[in-house]
Amino acid sequence: MSYTTSLLSKKTRIIALFITVLSFSTFKSFAYEPNEDSLKKAAAVATTETEKKEGFNAGKLITEHIGDAHEWHLWGEGEHAVAIPLPVIIYNKKTGLDIFMSSKLEDGEVYKGYKLVENKIVEAEEGLVGVTDEVENVATGNTNNIIDLSITKNVTSLLISAFLLLWIFLSVAKTYKNRVGQAPKGLQSFVEPLVIFVRDDVAKTSIGPKYEKFMPYLLTVFFFIFINNLMGLVPLFPGGANLTGNIAVCAVLACFTLLIIFANSNAHYWRHIFAMPGVPVWVLIILTPIELLGVVLRPFVLMIRLFANITAGHIIALAFFSLIFIFGEMSTGAGFGVAVLSVAFTVFMGFLELLVAFLQAYVFTLLSAMYFGAAIEEGHHAHEEHHAHEGAHSAAQIDMV
Amino acid sequence: MELVTPAIGLVFWMIVTFAIIFLILKKFAWKPILGMIKEREDGIEKALQSAEQARKDMHLLQSNNEKILAEARAEKDAMLKEARDTKDAIINEAKTRAKVEADRMVAQAREAINTEKLAAITELKAQVATLSIDIAEKILKEQLSSEEKQKTLTSNLVKEVTLN
Repeated sequence: MSYTTSLLSKKTRIIALFITVLSFSTFKSFAYEPNEDSLKKAAAVATTETEKKEGFNAGKLITEHIGDAHEWHLWGEGEHAVAIPLPVIIYNKKTGLDIFMSSKLEDGEVYKGYKLVENKIVEAEEGLVGVTDEVENVATGNTNNIIDLSITKNVTSLLISAFLLLWIFLSVAKTYKNRVGQAPKGLQSFVEPLVIFVRDDVAKTSIGPKYEKFMPYLLTVFFFIFINNLMGLVPLFPGGANLTGNIAVCAVLACFTLLIIFANSNAHYWRHIFAMPGVPVWVLIILTPIELLGVVLRPFVLMIRLFANITAGHIIALAFFSLIFIFGEMSTGAGFGVAVLSVAFTVFMGFLELLVAFLQAYVFTLLSAMYFGAAIEEGHHAHEEHHAHEGAHSAAQIDMV
Repeated sequence: MELVTPAIGLVFWMIVTFAIIFLILKKFAWKPILGMIKEREDGIEKALQSAEQARKDMHLLQSNNEKILAEARAEKDAMLKEARDTKDAIINEAKTRAKVEADRMVAQAREAINTEKLAAITELKAQVATLSIDIAEKILKEQLSSEEKQKTLTSNLVKEVTLN
């Protein structure tokens, strides 16, 4: 009897956790609201109608959220905005390295000849210094001479998740060392099924007997994507950055996969690309370019899939919230009415995103493993086709999601 | 368009950070974790195998026990049978020997009786002869007690002889 009670309380706790996470995401959208002041008034308590601000721009809100920034915006808008300033690191081909905090560039100020225009650092041109009206000119301002290596919001998020990953897995490794031959405990028992899942269902089935060599990469990629996806769902400070939904991050991950494919590919793999056995020469003229393209296309698709899925999730959640304010601008009642629906939909999307967070980590790892398997495979052709088919199949399934 | 243009700074930091995470985790996390999991799995596998082996051994032992028991039972039966046979043999032999002895004793007794009988007959004969002689003597003495009688006898004898 006590066993059922504890099970029930566990369930309740998990549900409570989900609700907490999702309610955070509710706050997030409020927090990221660019015109929060006026909108809050429209949607919540109507106080004074003296301040009339410009209309709500959902597109701007969403772009700002899923894009990168030089400061970590916490809450508030305009003069009341609270943000964590982040270091700006710029390598200028003419003047060398410049390091300063992003707070120096607040409100369009010019510092050391740099200026922040639409979240991008440009060299402020002489004639335009201090001229805030001619934004058009500044936006096209000179970025040719600078390489922006700033610790942006996404880089900060990347570093936080890096420490999180290291902390989790080094402590789990320590637990393993201290508890040799014993049943897993604590964090270890959460991590172990995932590790075994990656090993047995991803690596062993896709790569074959030589899977062990690829395990560290597959595990790192899996947990990196998984944890960053989850952190992207948490709206408050340590999370909330759209890291795995950033094309640069996905591109780097895909490039690592490509590099590992190249580093491990054997003659058999290349023979199948340049001269597919048993195919007439005139067909090869068509087939070889396609196969060569396929080599690059596979990691490219890996990149696009992760980027698009995660970004889409963020966009949908934000779009639902934007609806509240779009209707709120029309009338307060409509705002409240839509809020109920929007929150319900966002809760649903939140659950879906939790699934997608895992699924995308799994798919990226699985497809990487399949490409590794194809690269190291010796022997018959039919098998490879099987792999490719399986990969396409999974990809199709995931694209449906 | 900006959304799908990789920022060079993020690419740089991502490469550096990911490479560092990968190398550190590879050496200090994945190696021990995978090693320990494998070790534990091997341990469990081995334990299961040894349990299975123990079960088999137990089974074997049980069947061995049964075999030994059956053997012991068979041996007991054989011994009992043997004992019974021996007993029968001894009894039979004893009987035979007793019979032979008895026969021998009977034969001996019969012989002894015969001997005794013969002896008795011989003695009887001797005694009868003695008695007969005695009687004859007495009769002769009686008959020849007088002259006349002696003469008659002699005459009779002579008569007989002459007649012959």
